[in-house]
Amino acid sequence: MRRSRRWMLYPLLVLLAVPFVFPTWWMITASLLPANEVLSYPPKLFPASPRWENYATAFADYPLARQYFNSLYIAAIVTVSTMLVASLAGYAFARIRFRGDKLFVIVLIGLLIPSEVTIIPLFRMVDSLGLTDTHWPLIVIPIFGAPSVLATFVMRQFFITVPDELEEAGRLDGLGRFGLYRRIALPIARPALAAVAIFTFLNTWNFFLEPLVYLSDKEMFTLPLALTQYVDVYGGNIWNVQLAASVTTVLPVLAVFVIAQRHFVEGLAQTGLKG
Amino acid sequence: MTVRAPARPAAPPEPPVAKPFWTIRRRDALVGWAFIAPQALGFVFFVLVPLVAVIWYSFQSTNLLAGTTEFAGLKNYEHLLDDPVMPSVARATALFCVGLVVLNLGLALLLAVLLNQKLRGTTVFRTIFFSPVVVSLVAWTIAWNLMLQDNGSINAMLRTVGIDGPNWLRGENSAMVSVIVVQVVKNVGLNMVLFLAALQGVPRSLLEAAELDGAGPWRRFRTITLPMISPTTLLTAIITVSGALHVFAQIQILTLGGPADSTNVLVFYFYQQAFGNHDFGYGAVLAVVLFVIIALLTTLQWRMRKRWVFYEA
Repeated sequence: MRRSRRWMLYPLLVLLAVPFVFPTWWMITASLLPANEVLSYPPKLFPASPRWENYATAFADYPLARQYFNSLYIAAIVTVSTMLVASLAGYAFARIRFRGDKLFVIVLIGLLIPSEVTIIPLFRMVDSLGLTDTHWPLIVIPIFGAPSVLATFVMRQFFITVPDELEEAGRLDGLGRFGLYRRIALPIARPALAAVAIFTFLNTWNFFLEPLVYLSDKEMFTLPLALTQYVDVYGGNIWNVQLAASVTTVLPVLAVFVIAQRHFVEGLAQTGLKG
Repeated sequence: MTVRAPARPAAPPEPPVAKPFWTIRRRDALVGWAFIAPQALGFVFFVLVPLVAVIWYSFQSTNLLAGTTEFAGLKNYEHLLDDPVMPSVARATALFCVGLVVLNLGLALLLAVLLNQKLRGTTVFRTIFFSPVVVSLVAWTIAWNLMLQDNGSINAMLRTVGIDGPNWLRGENSAMVSVIVVQVVKNVGLNMVLFLAALQGVPRSLLEAAELDGAGPWRRFRTITLPMISPTTLLTAIITVSGALHVFAQIQILTLGGPADSTNVLVFYFYQQAFGNHDFGYGAVLAVVLFVIIALLTTLQWRMRKRWVFYEA
């Protein structure tokens, strides 16, 4: 296309951007409207007098603060532990020559198995241990089970590219295997670790089926499940309060994304294999 | 590499063992097993055992009230064949997958091509198109739920331009379209980024040579760009199909499988049976079906790659 006519693409791009921007915009706008104006005609695309009380209600009438804490601490533990478990396993699969490295192919099968397939036996396992309505299944299963397999895969693919000379030098300095992993491999693996951290955090932050299956006590809910609790006694949505709660779960992540978007885009794109 | 202790003519008094037991190879093996142990054990307990168990359960029937489980043979599988809801589930799942893949890949490629033009401000648009990927799925779906209500903002805006929009989530076709669109806009940014990287990998010299030979933009796109990016197309197709089979939260929030089972996709039906009706036996059958479909699709796509992937790095 000739340079002079390229500007014609802008209207098209702007038009295409509408469905990507409007839901978030509307989420924020509607969260600041009184209940009777959320479905009004003509639509109020900008809150004339923002009703911040909706946010207060979301926290005061529901255990949202507690649920927020649940999500945060579960995501933190799962993310850090997954980085550890996956970098150890990924390192061994990539760089240590031993018979166990053939297990890698088997572990890859884990990428193929959707979490829905195994959730009935996992639920019965958790139930028989008396651990339903606790956070144990939401923490332990992702760290060691199928979700961390993808992380291990990413780490292994990275460690394979590390040149042998780097480790040789470390060995001459008297480092043992753990030292090589800890002092040489891990520090240069920061991009891969960042990718693992980002997608693990987002995955854990967004878990929906698992908490739905394992939890029934509202105090124990994580955020995605908590957002569905804003219904009145007749099952109708309390839209404005529900969206206020939604905004509090979306904005922090969105803000981090805008600041560190290069890491997000690269990290998520290279691990896009997730189901 | 094996490092053997050199033969020593006169063994020194210490160490007492002539050949050290802890050779580098042995040490490496020990460390290696220790490193993979958490992942490997977790894989066994949380993936392998449950996978075998779900197959076992599919041959059992569970009576939750009595708390008893008994071997049921193929009863659950027979139920799969005469289940009156199953045709709707199969239809909804297939429609959703096909619609999602076509719309997602098409839009992703369009966006990538647009962003690949040397235009100012493409970074901003890239951020915009990618941003729904990081928005929490449930929050995203709730916002769309409000927008798609009969008197919601989408119909309100259509009304201002004189269009009488349908009650999106209550009509059989419009509900399916809505669910697909909500999912596409949410995730198309990932595929867009993958396509963008692929487009940037197409050698300029090739495109310029074709231009000199008189090939127009469409011809260049069809005969050079498309074949060159086919590995990425395959990869994104695999990711998108397997993602499509997982769709659950959107259905649970937007339609609950309705109206008239028109959006009752496999995973949602599975959840209803296993955890709504507590029918673990039949739920296990549906889980096995899901597993078989995903395994088949992956193998199929893998086999097909030779036929339609023109260029593989």
